[in-house]
Amino acid sequence: MGWRYGWLCCIWWPGCSVGRLPVPLPFGFAVNVMSTLLIQNGTILDPSRVFEQRKDLLIRDGRIAAVGSGLGKADRVIDATHCFVTPGLVDIHVHFREPGDEEEETIATGSAAAVAGGFTSVCCMPNTKPALDNEGQIEFVIREAQRAGLANVYPVGAITKARAGKELAEIGLMAERGAIAFSDDGVGVADPAVMRKALQYCRMFDALIMQHCEEPSLGGGAMHAGLVATTLGLPGIPAEAEQLMIGRDLLLNRTIGCRYHVQHISTAWSVELIRQAKIDGWNVTAEVSPHHLLLTDESCRTYDTNYKMNPPLRTLADVKACVAGVKDGTIDILATDHAPHLAEEKELEFQYAPMGIIGLECALALYIKALIDPGHIEWMKLVEMMSTRPAQIARLPAGTLAEGAVADVTIIDPSINWTIDVEQFKGKSRNCPFQGWNVRGRAIHTIVGGEIKWALT
Amino acid sequence: MMLSIEQTNPMTTDAPIRWTRKHLLSLEELSADEIRFILDTADSFKEVSTRSIKKVPALRGKVLVNTFFEDSTRTRTSFALAAQRLSADVIDFSEKTSSVSKGETLVDTARNIEAMGVDIIVLRHPAAGAAQKLARNVQCSVVNAGDGAHEHPTQGLLDLYTIRERFGRIEGLTVAVVGDIANSRVARSNLWGLLKMGAKVIFVGPSTLCPRAFEQLGATVVHNFDDVIGQIDVINMLRVQFERIKSSQFPSVREFTSFFGLTWDRFQRCKKDVFIMHPGPMNRGIEIQSDIADGPQSGILKQVTNGLAVRMAVLYLVAGV
Repeated sequence: MGWRYGWLCCIWWPGCSVGRLPVPLPFGFAVNVMSTLLIQNGTILDPSRVFEQRKDLLIRDGRIAAVGSGLGKADRVIDATHCFVTPGLVDIHVHFREPGDEEEETIATGSAAAVAGGFTSVCCMPNTKPALDNEGQIEFVIREAQRAGLANVYPVGAITKARAGKELAEIGLMAERGAIAFSDDGVGVADPAVMRKALQYCRMFDALIMQHCEEPSLGGGAMHAGLVATTLGLPGIPAEAEQLMIGRDLLLNRTIGCRYHVQHISTAWSVELIRQAKIDGWNVTAEVSPHHLLLTDESCRTYDTNYKMNPPLRTLADVKACVAGVKDGTIDILATDHAPHLAEEKELEFQYAPMGIIGLECALALYIKALIDPGHIEWMKLVEMMSTRPAQIARLPAGTLAEGAVADVTIIDPSINWTIDVEQFKGKSRNCPFQGWNVRGRAIHTIVGGEIKWALT
Repeated sequence: MMLSIEQTNPMTTDAPIRWTRKHLLSLEELSADEIRFILDTADSFKEVSTRSIKKVPALRGKVLVNTFFEDSTRTRTSFALAAQRLSADVIDFSEKTSSVSKGETLVDTARNIEAMGVDIIVLRHPAAGAAQKLARNVQCSVVNAGDGAHEHPTQGLLDLYTIRERFGRIEGLTVAVVGDIANSRVARSNLWGLLKMGAKVIFVGPSTLCPRAFEQLGATVVHNFDDVIGQIDVINMLRVQFERIKSSQFPSVREFTSFFGLTWDRFQRCKKDVFIMHPGPMNRGIEIQSDIADGPQSGILKQVTNGLAVRMAVLYLVAGV
């Protein structure tokens, strides 16, 4: 509802509001309006209450007012026939590159990409330049996100100062200011003594640690260490680089019991380690990214840098193990690891090109392809893993359509067939290996705090 | 286009195939027929080097750029000489730094070079896949002169040529490639070329530098040189590439030499007609003993001589597409 915002600007900063107010509105028009939005005829899919029924959903003043039938009139009505009406999708692993690499993505363009992909809440990683390692940086992200006014953007603070892995960053102060978790993502905390301290310290604040699991002395290669890397003559990142750090952290955390989350899991033994830890009741959660469910290191054979990411694409056995991990609940959530990079950088030689791919605007369709189409999981589970569960892990006010909850809602048309075309994306970068894929399912409306922030045209 | 060297034109013989490749990027992508065709073409060019006037007008009016992002003496010189004997104009572009530190991407650099009206870019680059990347982004021909640890196809071809010249065949021979296999582009090009031509390939090296994964590509991987020393027809000793070995992959040079060096003692246990090769530059006394390298069974200088003919053949063929 841009016009309302523009109108408020008009009162507070009359001098600078002209550009924001395309159509002059009569004074008082936007004051005290009970805004209601009715979503009709969709299938309400709310994993927080395991609710799946064809009902209407009424939003009043930014909150869920009711789920039911015959909810009366509303200011605006959306017909959601044949669609799923779900709690807004939540992605707790994105890179918005601001500050430092605004040419790749900004908090505003990243937010636009988020809502275009159906995500109402995202958590952005602190590997910016400089890193998000103090309260000022945390506040900066929150303010920029508010200014963008699209998705809820929650900053993740660095575990160590400058993500250097040496000294703890001001975790407590950052948490107070709004950091919802802590991670040195891009690198793992290599030193076990530092990591132990981080787990102990975060436990005090009941803060969540998200670890990029890669033992650096084994990592640092360009792709998965295996037959393809051997053939191509590229330096490898062995699966053990990830497994060692997961195993180490699980042991370190066993008696500490900090909320510990494994980011972008990629190998079969990583899944197995976490499966065992969960059986033993240890405090651990895990996420996976779409590409680790759909692609293998075979894709790197043409030296196409859109297949270069960290953790790298692994083998088919690893893909199958990750899918099995999703099915049996070892892997808790589906994230994106949305990592924008400039075309110029991705144009470099494979060894030199940066790692990572964008994901926000195609993740939903890709997860449908990877998990629903082959019959691995049902829609309820998919939405749980893309909304309810990540919201629980990061303790965000999201992931539910319960009455009174903030009205973050995504309307998904599961039958839209479309072709992924990065040129249509709202984000700034185009580094995507799924370009040209034919997929199905798309967010047609993304509603954040009761306001429609994205409507597929 | 017409090439006017009727007196040596191999294309006028009953060629088994028509050459269609604009680039030479790897031996992995070539068929056995294509490899044979290059070797046959090289045969006719080898004769040129024996003439008093060692020049033919095959590539007159063509421009070749030697683009080297890594140190190289023999490969660059060999390509330059090969091009000159075909009457092409040769430009040298050497840049020791990689494209990253220079602030210009490889593709940009190449497009700039190409914009000057170049027909063939010969590329040596420290990153695997660099030649492929280039070939996708320029209109002219690209010849890979070594890309990281990936491939060094003309080296592989000249090795094949030298073996064929020595034995009259490649098929059925057992060839050992010895040393730092993991970091060697020569080993990979040797592997593809030799397998396609019907030879048996044994990779010999310490387990840290000779991964078992190569068995899935068709090589036999052996960590005990002495186990196989008596059954080998050709030994290709690789240079220990100290600059590519990140951290210590073997305890000491002494220990490496003791287990994997071609020592006099080991040489005594080889087949009588064993043929010794080395892509150079040699670390004398480390992977190969000097008197073996310089001895009668060494083909090391023949490799260099043949390299010229093979590169003439490659340049001639890619320029004709």
